[in-house]
Amino acid sequence: MNGKIMPELKIDTKTIEGWLAEVMDPEVPVLSVMDLGIVREIRQENGNLEIIITPTYSGCPAMDVITAQIRLAVAGRGFKDVKVTQSLQPAWTTDWMSEAGKQKLKDYGIAPPLPKQTVCHPDLFQMEEAIQCPHCGSWHTKRLSEFGSTACKALYQCQDCQEPFDYFKCH
Amino acid sequence: MRELINYTLHLADNSLILGHRNSEWCGHGPILEQDIALTNIALDLIGQARYLYQYAARLINENPGASDLIFDASPVTEDTLAYFRDTRQFRNCLLVEQPNGDWAQTLLKQFLFSAYQYPLYTALQKSADKELCAIAEKAIKEVSYHLRWSGEWIIRMGDGTSESHKRLMHAFDELWMYTGELFIPSEEEKLLLNNGISANLVSVKESWMARVEQVFVDANLPLAHIRDQKPTIFQKGGKEGRHSESLGYILAEMQFVQRAYPGNEW
Repeated sequence: MNGKIMPELKIDTKTIEGWLAEVMDPEVPVLSVMDLGIVREIRQENGNLEIIITPTYSGCPAMDVITAQIRLAVAGRGFKDVKVTQSLQPAWTTDWMSEAGKQKLKDYGIAPPLPKQTVCHPDLFQMEEAIQCPHCGSWHTKRLSEFGSTACKALYQCQDCQEPFDYFKCH
Repeated sequence: MRELINYTLHLADNSLILGHRNSEWCGHGPILEQDIALTNIALDLIGQARYLYQYAARLINENPGASDLIFDASPVTEDTLAYFRDTRQFRNCLLVEQPNGDWAQTLLKQFLFSAYQYPLYTALQKSADKELCAIAEKAIKEVSYHLRWSGEWIIRMGDGTSESHKRLMHAFDELWMYTGELFIPSEEEKLLLNNGISANLVSVKESWMARVEQVFVDANLPLAHIRDQKPTIFQKGGKEGRHSESLGYILAEMQFVQRAYPGNEW
């Protein structure tokens, strides 16, 4: 097959996006790479497929696994020579996360990023962002740490139900 | 081309060495949250270093003879650059290789460096080199987080107990001498500045000094302590590969496995 299904055959981009919607973030297994908004472009030329992704954080160790899983997902559909390219610019932002993805995060117990970035500048001792507890819905929450279990999260605690929770911080 | 390769390596080495130093805290932080914070910052820095090494490796492979570096293996990869260069070939500034010391010294080192990286990467976002531009755009978001976190700690320690204040003053005495070099352009930086590729260190310094002084004021640290330092205390040489003895120990630990078992993976 030479890495091609057939030279003249072009697969509908929506179909490929559907395949990628099954590739999950290994650190946050309810989110697909489509939900995260890290798939920036899908290119097809002469039956060759190139998928351009962008990393969330520079040091995110999940990127290598995600790249491998994207290869596997499309290889299973006949594209053996898929090229997965990383692009840094424009830099990823949580604004690219889908609404469905945010809802999935919340259902999973992780507070989704706020729609508008409020603390992405370096001023010290800013007001804490008001984050809603994903468990009981209370807004009476407190930040425990700016850094959580992965680079993309911060640690919060609900002052009403007392549950600690991760917040997928805006970036 | 040689200048661009060396400058990219300088930026990469800064991030890798500080990232490695921070990773030494893994499992030793005073409380879990701060341990995680430092290791997350280490991860960001090593991630930045990877992009820069990948770029430098590509430049070296695409321009044979342009670099002074000679390696056994070909093609050159990010790992070749991280694991198979010796101290004299590392171009990081002296500040990042200094020992962690106590919490105050680790955090002051991170703060002084983040306060430098922030205006540096802000400037590099307008670099004529598209790849450095993209890496800077990506990294600046992470750097602003590092800067905020470390700056808040400086204020907390300076304005905290007499013990934390004393330790921070001690950290200042240990580290301040290594900050001068950050703003002395190397030959590469001078040449690349003319081509619109590197950052103007005069304006980077202005921005850095304003931020450092503001944090010092907020932390109840005497500004005179900064301003009265004699120019003769400042050390330099890192950008040219002349390092303090600390770097050799870092490389010995970091490179051992790859030197003993080249290409080993796990």
